Amino acid sequence: MVKLSVNNMAVEVEDGATILDAATKVGIKIPTLCHMHLDSFNVEHRCASCRICVVEVEGRRNLAPSCSTPVSEGMKVKTNSIRAINARRTILDLILSNHPKDCLTCEKNGCCELQELAGEMGLHQILYKGEMSHTTKDLSSKSIVRDPAKCIMCRRCETACNVMQTVGILSGVGRGFEVTVGTAGARPLVDTECTFCGQCVAACPVGALTEMSYVYNVWTALNDPSKTVIVQTAPAVRVAIGEEFGMEPGTISTGQLVHGLRLLGFNKVFDTNFAADLTIMEETHELVERITKNENLPILTSCCPGWVKFLEHQFPELTYMPSSAKSPQQMFGAIAKSYYAEKIGKKPEDIVVVSVMPCLAKKYEASRPEFSHDGVADVDIVISTRELAGMFKEAGVHIDKLDSQDYDNPLGESTGAAMIFGASGGVLEAALRTAADWVSGKDLESVDFKAVRGLEGVKEATVNVAGIDLKVAVCSGLGNTRKVLEKIKRGEASYHAIEIMACPGGCLNGGGQPYIHGDTSILERRKEAIYKIDKDLPKRKSHQNPDIIKLYDEYLGKPGSHKAHKLLHTEYVKREHF
Amino acid sequence: MACQNCEELDLIVKFPEKTAELDTYIDSLGLNNDMEHNRGLLIQCLHRAQHIFGYLPLEVQKHVSKKLSLHLSEVYGVISFYHYFTETPVGRYKINVCTGTACFVKGAGTVLEEFKRYLNLEQGETSADRKFSLGGVRCLGACSLAPVVMVNDKVYGNVTPKMVPEIINECK
Repeated sequence: MVKLSVNNMAVEVEDGATILDAATKVGIKIPTLCHMHLDSFNVEHRCASCRICVVEVEGRRNLAPSCSTPVSEGMKVKTNSIRAINARRTILDLILSNHPKDCLTCEKNGCCELQELAGEMGLHQILYKGEMSHTTKDLSSKSIVRDPAKCIMCRRCETACNVMQTVGILSGVGRGFEVTVGTAGARPLVDTECTFCGQCVAACPVGALTEMSYVYNVWTALNDPSKTVIVQTAPAVRVAIGEEFGMEPGTISTGQLVHGLRLLGFNKVFDTNFAADLTIMEETHELVERITKNENLPILTSCCPGWVKFLEHQFPELTYMPSSAKSPQQMFGAIAKSYYAEKIGKKPEDIVVVSVMPCLAKKYEASRPEFSHDGVADVDIVISTRELAGMFKEAGVHIDKLDSQDYDNPLGESTGAAMIFGASGGVLEAALRTAADWVSGKDLESVDFKAVRGLEGVKEATVNVAGIDLKVAVCSGLGNTRKVLEKIKRGEASYHAIEIMACPGGCLNGGGQPYIHGDTSILERRKEAIYKIDKDLPKRKSHQNPDIIKLYDEYLGKPGSHKAHKLLHTEYVKREHF
Repeated sequence: MACQNCEELDLIVKFPEKTAELDTYIDSLGLNNDMEHNRGLLIQCLHRAQHIFGYLPLEVQKHVSKKLSLHLSEVYGVISFYHYFTETPVGRYKINVCTGTACFVKGAGTVLEEFKRYLNLEQGETSADRKFSLGGVRCLGACSLAPVVMVNDKVYGNVTPKMVPEIINECK
């Protein structure tokens, strides 16, 4: 342990701790911008590029960046000396001198860390005026918008993309004033290996990385009387959207979310959870079949479009491994535009399917050509949790003030197994619940497979499913996924099944969720909320969902049937690896 | 991946002997799976690659990034940082006028203007016959000879605009 003083307060911290850690411990907030510490995932970005956190250290000639300066015994730190305050103001002033001052119309208005900092530091005028960077916006992808003009070179996105996800799309390019974060060869994102996971967007403190917004498309559809507009909500949305309305993280707002969507004018409010139950039917059928025949193991989950694209680029030789089952979003779209369309006597082109997703890759997924038929997409518009919150605010719908309502039928009924899709480990646990019943031929009482729960990047377990020991793994985060897949390739590990999610912690930490600004304790609370919903539901196994049973009876036949394959399964392509 | 900067075909495919030369060099450096270790070798690999191929189009960058197990974006980032590395083909004679402080004060500006006029090239351009490339450099460390011009490895000191045709004529 090291003893030091911060603003004359004695504090003791562990060896290797920084001044920032010590200040935090005594309750002093030092402003930071480039620093990012994702505690639950063991990811820390402290490149000290912004210098906004400088403090005075007695006996040291220069001010010290507190985020990257280790403490030493007897150190005397002053965080609010006039020298430190002046330096910080100058630094902020210089950052702002080359930053577009269009906060009012910025995508990040209200959730920008730079804006907040300018407010907290009481900067009321910008003294430095000079040349501004000339850059172009990258609007090439369906998911992510890059606006380098707003970039402050904190390089948090690089850590998210290159270190955490190991996708490696973003790098500092150029030198001096011209420097920017860009892609190799300055190619547009759509021509890169970007998985559109959106973790760079989640990491960006400013408006340099944002999502492609489809809010206006939704308003247009809602106001088109010739269209039947239906909406599906992903599991992780209901445990996070409340945060945008001042509700505590981890508040379950399912019923209010449904009510709010009705107030926006959706003809039917359905649930992606219904389709998640359907996914489990198809995926578990495949799982049991592959394990029984002992071929093509391990089976990998395929719900996450970011992970699927990662696989297609980085491990094209393994594209035979994932389950061929479509993701819940795409299964929902396929069923809505066939089974449901027939039920209500509408043509698929007269139905608009809107998805609310915690994810940015889902926007890209919906645009994949195999998910359109005769020019009609299965899923028409995808908006994120944040975009929906924005729509609610625009319409004056404060979901925190609403009472609860139920989803519509028949695509609104779901089980606890579907709910846990929103957390890392949930898809596998849901599949195991159904597999255990199917293999044993019983309605087993124990449904909890707790070994696969939690935010850890790689979870391994041997689980007993109806007398058979299955070796399973759960990966979340693409960097963790890469490690496990490399091991499998080298023959150092073998499993029966692996669940993979691109975002660390799973969909609850998706790139489209309300910003956590590095506070991973919020994720823990979202996770707890997900498992609470599961626990409180009367039905917790996908194959017991009465509307799923009905769907198979009336329309699909059996899991794995010809019709199910046609509607609910897909293929993967080998993509270029740079 | 086709090269975006020129019409040439993939150099890696087109010149297997050059690629083999580069690979032999890179393999001799003792690479391993540690990204951090390989990162330290990146600049010298790029240096050699540019020496062999003349320039570093994207497919060469891609080749180096694969050999070193580094992200392509990182390799591109390094190339974009250093003036020395070029993504476009350069001429057989690389004329670099020093525009560092001392040379500039001693009239490097007028020398550069004369090269531009004489060769009908802008700074950073290469002539259509790929004979000449005209560039500027920051300080060659020969300030006592200012203004300094370097043509490939040869240094000319105390250069005046009048000497420009003479210097060009030596490039045969």
